[in-house]
Amino acid sequence: MQSEIKPIIEVKGVSKFFGEKTALDNINLSIKKGEFVTILGPSGCGKTTLLRLIAGFQTASEGVIRIAGEEITQTPPHKRPVNTVFQKYALFPHLNVYDNIAFGLKLKKMPKDTVLKKVKAALKMVGMTDYEYRDVNSLSGGQQQRVAIARAIVNEPEVLLLDEPLAALDLKMRKDMQMELKEMHKTLGITFVYVTHDQEEALTLSDTIVVMSEGRIQQIGTPTDIYNEPINSFVADFIGESNILNGVMVKDKLVHFCDRDFECVDEGFGENTPVDVVIRPEDLYIFPVSDMAQLRGTVQSCIFKGVHYEMVVLCHGYEFVVQDYHAFEAGTEVGMLVKPFDIHIMKKERICNTFEGKLIDETHVEFLGCEFECAPVDLQKVSLGDVLVDVDFGKINLLDNAEDGMLTGEIKFILYKGNHYHLTVWSDWDENVFVDTNDVWDDGDRVGISIAPEDIRVRVKQEER
Amino acid sequence: MNKLRLFFLSRRSWTLPYLIFSIIFVIVPLLLIVVYAFTDDAGRMTLENFRKFLAHPEAVNTFIYSIGIAILTTIGCIVLGYPAAWILSRSNSSYSRTLILLFILPMWVNILIRTLATVALFDFASLPLGEGALIFGMIYNFIPFMIYPIYNTLQKMDPSYVEAAQDLGANSFQVFWKVVFPLSMPGVVSGIMMVFMPTISTFAIAELLTMNNIKLFGTTIQENINNSMWNYGAALSLIMLFLIAATSLFSSDEKSDSEKGGQVW
Repeated sequence: MQSEIKPIIEVKGVSKFFGEKTALDNINLSIKKGEFVTILGPSGCGKTTLLRLIAGFQTASEGVIRIAGEEITQTPPHKRPVNTVFQKYALFPHLNVYDNIAFGLKLKKMPKDTVLKKVKAALKMVGMTDYEYRDVNSLSGGQQQRVAIARAIVNEPEVLLLDEPLAALDLKMRKDMQMELKEMHKTLGITFVYVTHDQEEALTLSDTIVVMSEGRIQQIGTPTDIYNEPINSFVADFIGESNILNGVMVKDKLVHFCDRDFECVDEGFGENTPVDVVIRPEDLYIFPVSDMAQLRGTVQSCIFKGVHYEMVVLCHGYEFVVQDYHAFEAGTEVGMLVKPFDIHIMKKERICNTFEGKLIDETHVEFLGCEFECAPVDLQKVSLGDVLVDVDFGKINLLDNAEDGMLTGEIKFILYKGNHYHLTVWSDWDENVFVDTNDVWDDGDRVGISIAPEDIRVRVKQEER
Repeated sequence: MNKLRLFFLSRRSWTLPYLIFSIIFVIVPLLLIVVYAFTDDAGRMTLENFRKFLAHPEAVNTFIYSIGIAILTTIGCIVLGYPAAWILSRSNSSYSRTLILLFILPMWVNILIRTLATVALFDFASLPLGEGALIFGMIYNFIPFMIYPIYNTLQKMDPSYVEAAQDLGANSFQVFWKVVFPLSMPGVVSGIMMVFMPTISTFAIAELLTMNNIKLFGTTIQENINNSMWNYGAALSLIMLFLIAATSLFSSDEKSDSEKGGQVW
């Protein structure tokens, strides 16, 4: 019983640096034996790096990785009890299907008839019986993927690592393979660690989802937990579609947004606290205007999506995405209703930008690697030297022409908040700047950043306790 | 008028200058070699030239000896060149560029100057000229042609093959012999073509590095043609061409079932 509870993979305080860049930042993760775990995140979030650290193709800069209780942080990949299914299959082009699958077994010096038996069993498992002597280059993408899976599972690893294995397949094939993978996981009973950027795939397949962003784990939980109770606006936006709005928690079980109070089920945020409100598009009820309506608005657009209609409804200046089986044409006045338990409240990670800086004189402060002019500071209260600088999200100006700004940055993450965009800008000083704006920008745009002197608030840096 | 414009604009017409050039300097001479090889001084059709070659043990011996030297040179180039290509493909980019330049740099120096310098070097070290010097000189001259195609294949090789092999339990030695080496075969074959074929026909290196003591097949051809034995010389050239064609046929066969490789041609 004890061994059942013991995790098969333990990642403790693992960080990985590539030069100056931090790919993984203090990752802690424990995976139970037999689990189907998906590491989910946008490209560049560090999910593949984490998988490569477990496989042993890269070594962690800091921290410890254990597999089946044994420390393997520095162990070379060929001595680890894991096997990998690669994104582009990586089948050896000079070997046929049989020799590809038998590669690992032959290295273990297994007798020939055992190898033959095992290869046949593995091929049967992936539904590729009678393909033994085919040239791997003559196989279709889906078939190559099956051979790649067979090549990994034939070695009976404790853990199977899959690096976006279905990314190169077309939609129909992907759906079929998802079902087969899930079936295989059940039959084999081994641990699967699956990396993907496709949230739907993650929700379909996993027992546990690990959502990652910017080298950090954002949330770990079951698919339903992650979908219904996203921990922050990043997770809410990344998993499924959502309406994310700024709101204020008036008191326990009462939240104010869109110019009115709503009952909800969350508590413990304190009184009059700014929060993010998340409502899934399918949780908004839409109907012709009636007394039941909590919100009234006008339909802006209506698109048929196969199973449902997706409508954008403008109401009190906020745009809501609504999914319903009934269509309401653009221009129609509608009423909307949301049930208390469908309103998800998330604590705001921050309510303004806070930077560490240095006060140079009464009207100049240095932060983000630049010297900024600021409104005169009362030197009685704040002394020269290390200070904290606050700037509201809405008070940062982004400029098309990068040279016009005091410093430049790249737009990394865009969140639509119903009536404005909340942008994460990665400044050249390697610090995030958060910006609220009504302008439309694209991911990856290079922008100039400027801040007016009167919008820079300088305060005393608290001594660390 | 319109027709003329169309003619100049069509892409095919731009290949015309080269086509004319190659007809004059490649195709016609090749045909001449064939014609000369099968005729005698008076221009009559004959197989006498080939009979003479087979009847002359000296010529046949030179021929076999040349092939032997070419094979030794090629093997030497693979043994020395493969590790060099491997190191080049593994080193980080800024460093490897300098290294590649160092390997390629000697190719910019004229082959005769390089060989004369080798002779001077052997004199300076008071090493005897002869067979050893010949093979050294050949390897020295031809090794860049071996390194480059191998380096090309190794560099283009998807690193995930190596990772897949490691993942399946192969140590570094097994990764090399079971995956990297077989996958780099197209580069090796291409290197062999670039080294083996020219070494059969060289004569300058042999003359200079053996003080004219060792004769290679190239030297025999050159001597015959210099002595106005055009027909016999042409027949010997044709035999050599046939051999070269045979090697390239063999290697193109090899190529067809190997995957993408870094051939130079």
